Amino acid sequence: MTTQVATEEKNYLQEGHTLASWLLTKDHKRIAVLYLISVSFFFLVGSIAAMMVRLELTSPRGVLMSNETYNKAFTAHGAVMIFFFLLVAIPAVFGNFLIPIMIGARDLAFPRLNLLSWYFYMAGGTMFLIAMMSGGVDAGWTFYTPLSSIYSNGQITLALVAAFVSGFSSIFTGVNFIATIHKMRAPGMTWWRLPLYVWSHYAASLIIILGTPVVAITLLLVVFERVAKIGIFSPELGGDPVLFQHMFWFYSHPAVYIMVLPGMAVISEVMACFSRNKVFGYKFVALSSLGIAALGFIVWGHHMFVSSQSMYQGIVFSFTSFLVAVPSAIKVFNWSLTMYKGSVWLASPMIYALGFIGLFTVGGLTGLYLASTGTDVHVTATYFVVAHFHYVMVGGTLLAFLAALHFWWPKMFGVLYPEAIAKWNALLVFIGFNLTFLPQFVVGYLGMPRRYHYYYFAPEFQVYHVMSTLGASALAISLITPAFYLTYSLFKGPKAPPNPWAAKGLEWEACASPPIKHNFHGVPVVVGDVYDYDAEAEERALRGLPPKETH
Amino acid sequence: MAISLNKMNQPQDVVYEQFEDLAQQQETYVIGMWAFLVTEVMFFGVMFMSYVVYRWKYQPYFYALHQELDWRIGGINTFILLLSSFSVALAVHFHQKKKKMQTLACLGFTNLCALAFLVIKMLFEYIPKWNHGHYPGPGFTWDNPNIPGNIAQLWYSLYFGTTGLHGLHVLIGIILFSVLMFMIAVDHPAITDYLPTEMLGLYWHFVDIVWIFLYPLYYLMPK
Ligand code: HEM
Ligand SMILES: [Cu+2]
Repeated sequence: MTTQVATEEKNYLQEGHTLASWLLTKDHKRIAVLYLISVSFFFLVGSIAAMMVRLELTSPRGVLMSNETYNKAFTAHGAVMIFFFLLVAIPAVFGNFLIPIMIGARDLAFPRLNLLSWYFYMAGGTMFLIAMMSGGVDAGWTFYTPLSSIYSNGQITLALVAAFVSGFSSIFTGVNFIATIHKMRAPGMTWWRLPLYVWSHYAASLIIILGTPVVAITLLLVVFERVAKIGIFSPELGGDPVLFQHMFWFYSHPAVYIMVLPGMAVISEVMACFSRNKVFGYKFVALSSLGIAALGFIVWGHHMFVSSQSMYQGIVFSFTSFLVAVPSAIKVFNWSLTMYKGSVWLASPMIYALGFIGLFTVGGLTGLYLASTGTDVHVTATYFVVAHFHYVMVGGTLLAFLAALHFWWPKMFGVLYPEAIAKWNALLVFIGFNLTFLPQFVVGYLGMPRRYHYYYFAPEFQVYHVMSTLGASALAISLITPAFYLTYSLFKGPKAPPNPWAAKGLEWEACASPPIKHNFHGVPVVVGDVYDYDAEAEERALRGLPPKETH
Repeated sequence: MAISLNKMNQPQDVVYEQFEDLAQQQETYVIGMWAFLVTEVMFFGVMFMSYVVYRWKYQPYFYALHQELDWRIGGINTFILLLSSFSVALAVHFHQKKKKMQTLACLGFTNLCALAFLVIKMLFEYIPKWNHGHYPGPGFTWDNPNIPGNIAQLWYSLYFGTTGLHGLHVLIGIILFSVLMFMIAVDHPAITDYLPTEMLGLYWHFVDIVWIFLYPLYYLMPK
């Protein structure tokens, strides 16, 4: 592939400057930018709620807020982060922007549906904000019945409808990605030449269309139970609240893979580029994404070991949960082996990606402690679980989001950011994160329950909580800093060349920075394999050695 | 005028800018539609799953409760939906042949069936049940001493929830068919080929299939 990019041509950012040209756009890249702005906003909202939670826990007596306010704070944190950041961020921003470009298409299959999905997302988000401000929601992001259907007085109905509406936004994105990946690939872009990025997003989209409808209708049934007093989960009517948990987790365990598979997508690209190597075992990594999607649907019962599930169910779900760790482990090993005999370059996206691998591994391994019924009975509903899922969701998805943001920023906006600050910042994220969540494993193991606003019964826990809050403050600083230097780079940053990382892939090699409206001139034709990096040549060049002799 | 009614006055097939050619566009639409139908299956799956769980738990009561429904009315409705599925398949066939009158006639017949289905459901099932106080909620009244009232209410919740969700899909179908018929009738430029009819047809077959499962489960329950 050759790069011929006429610099005078208008890029997608210059195609119209009015507000309407953004709000009514059908260009997948502009919709990605709209999503980037909105998910950043919701991330800020979720983070403020998190800081409230952390501040409250610095004292064993819970002096800052009442128990009810605290419930509202952690519900706001969990629900906003999950429904309006983690499930959306990578697919809707980077998936939207990159999938069409990576497969050599001009746009997604259904551009109007894509725009509609953003409006559904915003409608859901707005409803949730209104619910938070007009009374709050205190049932936790899991909305267990009968608390959510009968006992809680907050704005649960509105919050449930908000989650329902944003679920549709997810479904639209999933349908769009599936149709696009099946039918819009450029000539020569066979399934086995697809970047692993696309494979992972494909697997996540399958989970979205299979799982999201289930939770949507389940939440709707809770709404009916609240509003019309009909009930399928109501024990008074002979219904079973545990059925709600089954249907909720049938979606919400796979949903953790909706969050982390797109993150894994990013890591595959970043590891290949900054190791200057083919991803080790391409087919295994590709198929392990589908394996995760499939196995992810048969493990939900591990959230219900203590919810009156039968012992035999417990055994089966424990076993399947161990199985699901296998494809994740395949990925971790293969990424690590990608660096082997590579030419590793510690640029900021790579630091985030390495952080991902380490933290995700800790998260996954502690998942196995939770998946063994014996240990889970001891640590369930404690801070051990909280630490586990933050290692996978923050250490995994958020770090991947930051890696993607730094890796593709020059492509999206055509500017370079100050790399030195970015590197130090990446390190600070890693340190702040561990300082926040490592103590939570310990304090959870010692018995600190989750969702409590005090712990006067065990004042010795305070030191762990204070450490955690300090770490959270460091983390907060390191998450605000990129907002500053990235925004600065938009106005003052040097112009980026089409391929600043000398990376492989259609988005770097055949596309301007920022891309033009239809991404390519004509239709790219793909020959040869994906990730055809040559680590040895790069190393020789770096060391001033002559090129390798070919016999 | 009479002649133009029989011919589809279609512009040249339109290919949207993100596609290479018509074939790709049509295949993509069909895949998108199937992906959407998968989500629909999962929607109804929740309702069926709840039914299975509670029927398992309360089998004798559920058996007694199914006698609340008249299998003949359900049977007539089943027949009506099957007819409508047939006529929508014909509509797709005629649209492919660009026969406007026949397409419109078949779509019209489908819509009539859909409407009849809803009217029968309302007049002979929903409204009489409602008048007897057999609707879930605080006003539920029940005087059959052989079946506990709360189980009856649970059963009615499932019945109204599932058939209501299905009825909603029928209603959406009626609206979409009407819009489509209008657009075909006035040769709207957005109708560039038979694909809208085919996709709506897929949707309609799905709605029918859901009923094919609902009918035996709620009306013809074996002991
Ligand atoms: C190696 C694979 C994994 C295993 C075996 C695993 C296992 C578990 C288990 C058994 C629990 C329930 C603990 C309890 O409540 O007692 C749990 C909770 C949780 N896990 Fe994982 N997990 C894995 C990966 C992940 C990933 C990748 C994510 C997210 C990206 C994740 C997110 C969560 C969340 C959010 C919860 C808590 C839900 C709640 O109760 O609020 N897990 N995990
Ligand atoms: Cu899980």
